[in-house]
Amino acid sequence: MVDKLTLNMITQRSIEEGIAMEKGKTTQEYFEACSIIEMNEEDIRTLGLLPNQLVRVTSECGSVIVKAIKGRQTVYPGLAHIPQGVWSNQIVPPRTQATGEPQYSGFPVTVESARGEKRKSALECVQGAVGLWNGE
Amino acid sequence: MPKKIENVGCPYCGVCCDDLVVTVSDDGRKVLEVENACAIGNEIFQHASSEGRISLPRLRQPDGTYKDISYDEAVDYAARVLIKAKKPLIFGFGSTNCEGMAAAAKVAEKAGAVLDNCASICHGSSFLAIFDNGYPSCTLGETKNRADVIVYWGSNPAHAHPRHMSRYSIFPRGFFTGKGHKGRKIIVIDPRYTDTARVADIYVQVKQGQDYDLFNAFRTVIRGEDIPDEVAGVKKEQILQVAEILKKARFGTIFYGMGLCHSDGRNHNVDIAISMTRDLNDFTKWTIMAMRGHYNIAGPGVVWAWTTGYPYCIDMSKKDRAYMNPGETSSVDLAMRDEVDAFFNVGTDAGAHFPIEAVKHLKKHPWITIDPNICMASEISDLHIPVGIVGVEVPGIVYRMDNVPIQYRQVLNPPDGVISDEELFERIHQRISEIEAEEGITQTSAAAAGTQTSFVGE
Repeated sequence: MVDKLTLNMITQRSIEEGIAMEKGKTTQEYFEACSIIEMNEEDIRTLGLLPNQLVRVTSECGSVIVKAIKGRQTVYPGLAHIPQGVWSNQIVPPRTQATGEPQYSGFPVTVESARGEKRKSALECVQGAVGLWNGE
Repeated sequence: MPKKIENVGCPYCGVCCDDLVVTVSDDGRKVLEVENACAIGNEIFQHASSEGRISLPRLRQPDGTYKDISYDEAVDYAARVLIKAKKPLIFGFGSTNCEGMAAAAKVAEKAGAVLDNCASICHGSSFLAIFDNGYPSCTLGETKNRADVIVYWGSNPAHAHPRHMSRYSIFPRGFFTGKGHKGRKIIVIDPRYTDTARVADIYVQVKQGQDYDLFNAFRTVIRGEDIPDEVAGVKKEQILQVAEILKKARFGTIFYGMGLCHSDGRNHNVDIAISMTRDLNDFTKWTIMAMRGHYNIAGPGVVWAWTTGYPYCIDMSKKDRAYMNPGETSSVDLAMRDEVDAFFNVGTDAGAHFPIEAVKHLKKHPWITIDPNICMASEISDLHIPVGIVGVEVPGIVYRMDNVPIQYRQVLNPPDGVISDEELFERIHQRISEIEAEEGITQTSAAAAGTQTSFVGE
């Protein structure tokens, strides 16, 4: 068991995100659909995580608290997935390899337990980043 | 009496399903039932008549709250932001019609703006590869009627294009594909065992970021040369097995997605996918198609290519010429280098879908959101201008992922007073002209020298 694990992160669409997004990005459905990380069972065990435990995911440009799950669509050990959306984009590196497209997939992150912490809402993530979050 | 409207187009993904049947209340205000749509499309129609729609522009106040203002005031505010900015960025257009895109291009030219669309962070890599290597593609109808082998590479239609498989690729019975699913081989290549992989005949688990290597291996064995025992995490035996299926197909289509465009290599991954498609045409008929995300994200590529000469990342800040160089004139790169001084978020949500670092940079300057809904961009904007939902409240032309144009319908009336993207951009264009005339602003030095030409047109 280790405290911190380095994984390769990808962020892509999910149908749950798509449905929730059309309902509204401030809804509970969007929060539950997107503030998660899908990991391989082996990596979850290596970190000694309990089911649905919150973790802190940190990349070269930020960190975010999300819920760790195995997920129906599985990843191999060493790979992890956060659905496209507000939470994934807290850590996606903006570097584009001179194409315009940020590094949405294939960037290193560290994952560690975040027991006792809370996931931020979508508005807190985005408004908070630009100084508009008023705590409501 | 409720009205049933048939052959309605769906304003969600690039599949552009145009077989929806929508039942609306007799006052044309509420969607009662949506038939044939996927779960996401259904949600879009239901959401249109939900409570809480914004029906007036909202201007951010010094205390951080929003205040309702009139469309005239919003148009004036937007026009003045564009006039004042040295290099405004107008970005988005995933969810608008071609009429709105054409009107926005006129505004961008007049304002000397950079005009960019969601392809910039999505299939922009595909454009770069297609410029270099061509695009041996087809229509979705040809795939449905002819294809007996389908490859989904780095693409997960079960989640991103929910009816793609049932309408065009795996399940439908076509003219030469009467056996439907039974007569087709489905190959899914992806680092994740996705829901799309579950319906595949063969699933190939490629190591993330090593797609280029695997394409190279396929090209090598297709030419009859040898490869190592394992490439990109895939055993040689499986590569040989898949290569044989590809070569023996009667007609095949490779559908690829963000797995190629968002990973290391970007356009080079798409480039070699196109090269492999070309190689396969030495043996049989193969085609390739980008799985475009939004229902009309192919639209700006088409509309702006005929108006400015370029499909995306179009820098018109010199006013007398358009210039495109992704990496330099692409939205996220411009944001990160602080090269733009005003941001228009149109029919998209950069607040949620740009890396947050880019959002922080853009937010240093005026930010205007033009979108029917409350989204992350609208909630950090200085001004939010609501517009009608294209495909639900506003009709218009959209381009499907295979660049086939489709006329979308209006099934509901927009909330009272809410206007379309097209009308809004036309009014902003007119207001810029009025302000320039009132204040005696000369167009550009190029215009003064008599060299300015309009490439967008009136």
